Parts: sequence; structure tokens; C-alpha cells
Amino acid sequence: MTDKPGAKPAKLLVYRHAGVTRLTHWINVLALSFLLMSGLQIFNAHPALYWGAKSVFAHPWLAMDAMEKAGHPVGVTTIAGHHFETTGLLGYSGKPGAQEPRGFPAWATIPSYRDLADGRRWHLFFAWLFVINGLVYLAMSLINRHIQRDLWPKRAQLAPGHIWHEIATHAQLKFPKGEEARSYNILQKAAYLAVIFVLLPLMVGTGLTMSPDIDAAAPWLLELFGGRQSARSIHFISASLIVAFVIVHLVMVVASGTWNNIRSMITGRYAIEPEATGEAAASGDAA
Amino acid sequence: MSHEPHRRGWLKAAGASVAALWLAACDKLTENPRSAAVLKSAEGLTRRAQRLVTDRKALAPEFTAADISPDFKPNGSTNPDDPDYVAHAAKGFADWRLVVDGLVERPLTLSLADLRKLPARTQITRHDCVEGWSSIGKWKGARLAAVLDKAGLKPNARYIVLYCADTLDPTTLDGTGQYYESIDLIDAYHPQTLLAYDMNDQPLPVAHGAPLRLRVERQLGYKHAKYVMRLEAVEDFAHIGRGNGGFWEDRGYEWYAGI
Repeated sequence: MTDKPGAKPAKLLVYRHAGVTRLTHWINVLALSFLLMSGLQIFNAHPALYWGAKSVFAHPWLAMDAMEKAGHPVGVTTIAGHHFETTGLLGYSGKPGAQEPRGFPAWATIPSYRDLADGRRWHLFFAWLFVINGLVYLAMSLINRHIQRDLWPKRAQLAPGHIWHEIATHAQLKFPKGEEARSYNILQKAAYLAVIFVLLPLMVGTGLTMSPDIDAAAPWLLELFGGRQSARSIHFISASLIVAFVIVHLVMVVASGTWNNIRSMITGRYAIEPEATGEAAASGDAA
Repeated sequence: MSHEPHRRGWLKAAGASVAALWLAACDKLTENPRSAAVLKSAEGLTRRAQRLVTDRKALAPEFTAADISPDFKPNGSTNPDDPDYVAHAAKGFADWRLVVDGLVERPLTLSLADLRKLPARTQITRHDCVEGWSSIGKWKGARLAAVLDKAGLKPNARYIVLYCADTLDPTTLDGTGQYYESIDLIDAYHPQTLLAYDMNDQPLPVAHGAPLRLRVERQLGYKHAKYVMRLEAVEDFAHIGRGNGGFWEDRGYEWYAGI
């Protein structure tokens, strides 16, 4: 041990994220934020979802409406035939005195006021940025072997015992130290791979399926997603899962060291704490 | 800890301020002409990319009779009260004529009977509203290509403008409240582009654009002009309406509505 008695064990600063990973990460944050909020603006133009090729207006599987209840307007969200009162959030919301029927509230949409034309402009502009950024990320991450080396699970990580161990330690918010902290754990890898190779491509695929021109060029997309209205539903569900991922991602960032994580995604440098055994030795010295 | 609630309140206030600032900034950026032009630039990219990957003659998917929507939603004008239109409708469109003029060799005036004699096509297609919903209907109509061939386009004709009978925005005083649309020659000559006079084996109902509407199947609903009165072949549409090529285009929607 080189630590002086009582001194904190030295942290090891490792180079964690390549420049292209960091740059595309933040462009992605920007693009997905605008896409989500302008997407909710577009959703608000017809806040109902259906399965199949066409809309059967009497039977959406999800709908957000404003209804009258005891002489007062209320927001009602319907999911698979079940009604939930969601006044103030979904179906009917706004500042006191300026409440209005709208799917998602003003604070969740771009622009904040109702304007489908502008929502579409934001959405389609950032859709291009998102796709180009995603292609740069994929190409560069295959070339610099980020995907193969850092994201692809190692054989040992796939052992059921190991996966179970990771779930248990994660649930207790215990994070790896020392050598183990140098690489992503299996749960991180699974989450990142699912987002990168399932959810994000699903957003692009279902988004394109909603284009009547692309449906003429590539009718197989309709077969794949089960029709245009199904594609719209999957687009919405997939976006919701991405939001869920981002929430968990942010919680984990905070739980495992906010500034260390943010620094590593800006400068690339990530501090690793020494193994627990080292700490024990150090405290032993102090005693 | 005693200072914790205070700290949480501070964090909450800071979070709300950041969110409010972000929203205000987005609204400002939407309204600023320069940033709006940046956002608008994506439209040209989308149009070129889609035209590149889509064969000129690629057909929009067609469906079967079983797929037809019993609840096909009429949108925009559904019962025009413009006096000329009301008079035509009262007479069952017997005196109604479609005018075809502009950059054509032979200007035409066509009755519904004339249109029904032209090469026709029947198709069951999906109508996609820009709002997000879809309905499926069966359309029969004269192929627009046949009408244009009959009139003979002059070499400098680049767009077909469709003037409609309905005033969709009566509050506009400069005359731009009248519905109109425009399409380019790629769409005008597409095999599925029709001047439809029948819907679901019946004469086109008033709610859906009687007596004649456009079907331009690879674009969104607002391009499918209803109550069509006149076709004009033009070199550009900058001098028409507010200059953006259509009623909704003049109100911020994209001219290219393939997505």
C-alpha cells in the first residue's frame, strides 16, 4: 500500500469514452429531446392510437379526450377500454383560466401552443439529424471496435449466475470497483444494445412506415409492422420505452456518481475507485 | 437533514425555470424567421431523398373491399356554403364544368359526363391525414394524365394547380381563404393520380368533395383537393395565394407531403 494512514485511497483515472462516442451521445440527447417533444405535438393533432392499416375511430386502444363530468371538463385517458381521469396532465390541461382539450400538456410539446405544422417541421428536421448522427455513431463504433469490444457481452457475463448476481447488486445500488469498473456490466450492455439496435431503429422504421411515399417504395415495411396505424402505435410505444430507459439511465448516473459520469461523457476521463480489499487494508493501516 | 427540504425546493424551482426557459426558447425559435428557415430546410432534403428512393411509377399499396372504412372521416370543408357551389349542388352538378387552362395547347371545359368518358382507374387506397389517422376508400376517376394529354401541356408547364369551390377560411379578407393545391408533373402523371368522381361505388358525396376531387396517393390528405373547379398548368406558383402552393402550405405545412 502506498496510501498514507488515514488518507483516501487513490482513484484511478481511465480513458473511458472515445471522442466520437461523446460527441454523438450529446447530439443524440439534443435530437431525441426535440424529437420527443415535437412528436408529442404531432400526437396531439389526433390523440388516439389504433392497430392495423386504418383507424377505426370508435375503437382506439389508446385515447386522450376532454369530456364533461358534472358540468366540468375533465381529461380522460382510455387504455384498452379502461378509463382513467387525467385532468391537468392528459386530455385536458393548461394554466388556470386557460385550460384546453389537448393530449399532452403544453410543457411537454414543441411548440408549447398547438401547431401541428411547426411540430412537423421540428420533428422532420431533427429526424434527419438523429439518423445522420446515428449512422456516424454506428460506422465509427464498428471501425474503432467500441461495439465489439465494449458493448458486446463476454461469454462469462452471459452465465445465469452472473446475470443474477448483477441484478442483485444493482438492486442494492452497489456498483463495481477496481478492475470490474473498467468495463460495462451485463445489465448495462443489455440496456445499451436494446436501445441502439432495437428501439432506435424501430423509431426510424415505424416513422418511415407512416410516410405514404415510403409505403409505395417499400411496401414490406407495412407487412413488417402490421399496417400504418400499427406503425404509429409502435412508434409511440417505442418512444415511451426510450423515455423509460432515459429515466433509469439518469437514475443510475446519479446513483453511481453524477459528476464522474458526466465528466467521462464530456472529457472522456472516468475515475475508478480501488477494490474494497484495498480499502480494508488501508483502514487496517489506520487502526 | 434540516436543510434538505429547503434544498429540494430550490432544486425544484431551478428545474422548473430551466424547463420554462427551454420551452420559451423553442417557441421563440419557431417564430424567428431565420431559425424557422433552418427547420424548413429539411423539407427539400426529404423531398429529394424520397424521390430518389421511390420509383416514379411505384404504386401506393392497394387494399381489398373488406378493408374499406365504414367511418371514412371527412376533413376540411365538409359542406361548402359558397353560393356558386350551393347552386351547382342544387342542380346535381348538371351545369358544373371543370376548366383546364394555363400553359396548355388546348384549354378544356369538361362536364362530368366528359370526365366519365376518359380513361379511368378504380383503386382501393389508404388516405393518410397529416393529423395521423388513416381511412381506406374505393375511388374511381379519370386519370389526371389523360386529362393533361387531352389538353396538351406546353413545355414550360411544371406544376398543376387545382382551384377549389370551397372557402375553408372565411376570416381571410385577401382572397387566400379559398382552398387550392398544387402538385408537380411526377405526381400528376402517376398512374394512381385521379380526378375521382366515385367513392365506394357511389357518386362522390359532398362531404368528400363532390363532384370531383384529386387522389394523389403517395402524399398526405391535404394534397387531395376536394370540390375541384379548375386545373391550371403553371411554371411556378409564387403568384398564387400567398405563394406556397396550397391553402395549408400558406399556413405553414410542407408543399411536399410525402411524409
